[in-house]
Amino acid sequence: MARSYISIEGIARRFPAPEGGRTTIFEDLWFAMERGEFVCVIGHSGCGKTTVLNILAGLDETSEGAVIIDGKAIEGPSLDRAVIFQSHGLLPWRTVLGNVSYAVSSKWRDWPKARVEEHARKAIATVGLTGAEMKKPAQLSGGMKQRVGIARALSIEPKIMLMDEPFSALDALTRGTLQDEVRGICRNTGQTVFMITHDVDEAIYLADKIVLMTNGPDARIAEIVANPLPADRSRNEVHKHPAYYPVRNHIIDFLVARSRSFTEELAQPGRVWNRRAPPIVTPGAPDAAPPLVRAV
Amino acid sequence: MTRSIGARAFVLSLVILAIFLAAWHVAVGSGGGGGGQVVDPEYAKLVGAAAATGGQTPMPGPIDVGKAIWKHLSDPFYVRGTNDMGIGIQLAYSLVRVLIGFGIAVAVAVPLGFLIGMSPLIYRALDPFIQVMKPISPLAWMPLALYTIKDSSLSSIFVIFICSLWPMLINTAFGVASVRKDWLNVARTLEVGPVRKAFTVILPAAAPTILTGMRISVGIAWLVIVAAEMLVGGTGIGYFVWNQWNNLSLTDIITAILLIGLVGMVLDQILARLTRLVTYPE
Repeated sequence: MARSYISIEGIARRFPAPEGGRTTIFEDLWFAMERGEFVCVIGHSGCGKTTVLNILAGLDETSEGAVIIDGKAIEGPSLDRAVIFQSHGLLPWRTVLGNVSYAVSSKWRDWPKARVEEHARKAIATVGLTGAEMKKPAQLSGGMKQRVGIARALSIEPKIMLMDEPFSALDALTRGTLQDEVRGICRNTGQTVFMITHDVDEAIYLADKIVLMTNGPDARIAEIVANPLPADRSRNEVHKHPAYYPVRNHIIDFLVARSRSFTEELAQPGRVWNRRAPPIVTPGAPDAAPPLVRAV
Repeated sequence: MTRSIGARAFVLSLVILAIFLAAWHVAVGSGGGGGGQVVDPEYAKLVGAAAATGGQTPMPGPIDVGKAIWKHLSDPFYVRGTNDMGIGIQLAYSLVRVLIGFGIAVAVAVPLGFLIGMSPLIYRALDPFIQVMKPISPLAWMPLALYTIKDSSLSSIFVIFICSLWPMLINTAFGVASVRKDWLNVARTLEVGPVRKAFTVILPAAAPTILTGMRISVGIAWLVIVAAEMLVGGTGIGYFVWNQWNNLSLTDIITAILLIGLVGMVLDQILARLTRLVTYPE
């Protein structure tokens, strides 16, 4: 069997518990992503989403298991994987251009200054910030700061983009615009994206697959929702698609009840669930069977 | 009413100064030459020639001090023997000592602070030493310095070094240790090497804290140099003050006090300006 582009194989993360012993955030987690896929992860706080992302980024280590990308196990951070931080992570003493150039010159260390700047300006133009190159982050609005973060991530032409709730700190209007832009950019460049979000609508609008994680500790990937919406979707039309509300209801049901009671759900007789291959469900599809057991 | 608060504050400062000078003038009596001052014979006997012959008031008024300041500032750099040098030369001696001691302290404290800030192990290992050394009055080191270095001028530089060291060391370590995790993660995901990371992320992030430490240090150094020079003698503004005390020349002492204050203010302002240069808004 050919391996997927990104293959998370049985990873676990444990922390020393305050009263001795160890707390398991999650263990034996399996998940795969193909090249060019946009995957959103949804789950309550504390389920280890960010830990998974940090492991993918190489900022955190697994206690067990491994993540294999393109046939190679992850060993620390890499310029092939760009991270967009929730708190944008811009260096406040550098200008917009300085922040992006810093990333560019980190990737191509032998480039002359002029070439670095030209490349950085191109990335800044992609996110629509031309004219703000010489501003410091403190002079920018929240949405513009996040754009700079996106420009910085794009500028190094990564193979994978990792986003940790990139739009959660923004107002609804800005968030919508940025979602459109990110979706456009990722589709045009064929990016593989792993994104964490709390926003169900955001996940449905952006993702090809939505990973549902149960509550921690000992969080699991309960299901993977294959998004039935067409790849060509527009913000104004998505909610009119017949599958939109079934998907949305399915995810919200999961967040409200099933994420908490998933272990009890599994204990029901006849319920089959495999850690290594969490079920892929497509709510709203004609042949979609409802989950075998509904939580009460 | 339309004038800015700065202008109004300046006028108020001038008024306060005028009231102070007037009060001083009245308090010391006639001042200005002080010809008619009656000297208590008992006192004249005690203090001897200085009070009896010169007819000088024991406590000078603002006019005497003004004259003395004018005299010093119109010829600050004369040298007429080891005990008679212009006040500018004396200040220069003190400043050079402070700058050398402070410079060495910067060269030691910033790299060492970096190391302490980056390594929790070294931080914990050195913490007890720093905690014990920090509260020691710098002048307490003087005898030890004199004994080991055997040179009074170098000893005062050593005392400046030791008193400038701690605030900078602690501030640098604190600044380096509290660099935001996000910024370090940015450097990590960009595969930035440790040296480049130190100069492009940690140093700019910690610079305001480091410079605040330097500002505290230079303030302490300037306080300590006067006391140190009083002890070791020879040259410097501290020695000048002590020498004028032996001459019972209060006008010269007050002049020196004012100049010490002014120089200290200038040093502080220079570092405040530098701190502002490296401070970044978040």
